[in-house]
Amino acid sequence: MEDKIRKVSIIISKGGLDGVYPGLIMANGARMEGIEANLFFTFFGLDTIVKKRMGKIKIATVGNPGMHMPSFAGILPGFSAFATSMMKKTMEKIDIPAVPEFIEMVSDAGCKLYACKATVDMFKLKKEDFCPQVDSIINVGKFYEIAAGGQIIFT
Amino acid sequence: MPQKLFGTATVDVDAEGFMTDFGQWTREAAAAIAKDEGIAELTPAHWKVIEFMQKDFKENGQVPSIRKLNKSGVISTKELYALFPGGPAKKAAKIAGMKKPEGCV
Repeated sequence: MEDKIRKVSIIISKGGLDGVYPGLIMANGARMEGIEANLFFTFFGLDTIVKKRMGKIKIATVGNPGMHMPSFAGILPGFSAFATSMMKKTMEKIDIPAVPEFIEMVSDAGCKLYACKATVDMFKLKKEDFCPQVDSIINVGKFYEIAAGGQIIFT
Repeated sequence: MPQKLFGTATVDVDAEGFMTDFGQWTREAAAAIAKDEGIAELTPAHWKVIEFMQKDFKENGQVPSIRKLNKSGVISTKELYALFPGGPAKKAAKIAGMKKPEGCV
């Protein structure tokens, strides 16, 4: 097949579970098919690779019509944590790991991980704030260089 | 039902070349499938993965995930990708005579 996808570069820009998981699953799935994969984390998506935040990513319960409940319920204290814990249990059952383990798995699978320089500067972060799987902090120009010749997916 | 000759054995396969009858699987067929997939020789490390997958498949009826192989201490994810380059879960399942893995991870 001539039109086979050979390389994907996936941008994760949102910091909720529903923003993080699709990108991780797509990147890991690409590697499982022998497709070269890069992950670029920007804006709140950067939490995914920040050591002290990666284990605390939650599902948004306010302003999320996908929750199938009135928005006022979502503002109750602890509700987001409760919904997150329910979802994590379900995901564990279908063999989808929590975020820190997922990052380790996708990196071991050969996917490269990059942090967005503009966001790193904005949040005043340093290289040591990131998990060891992060390859480097790069600007958008470098991202396009790395992504050249492949598909780019923004989530 | 398409058939394929692996070594001296003719086996039933699906459109993508995955065996449809595990009862027809032999070690010789596995070696021939591996060659087709670009793996010249099945080493003891390959066999360890194949044997675990078959055992797990018989017990649970599902092709085990890469995560399960890693967590059960059979093989690390990095080594698995090195042993079966270009799609480890799919290739290992094919060589082990099992159906194509269905999960997303």
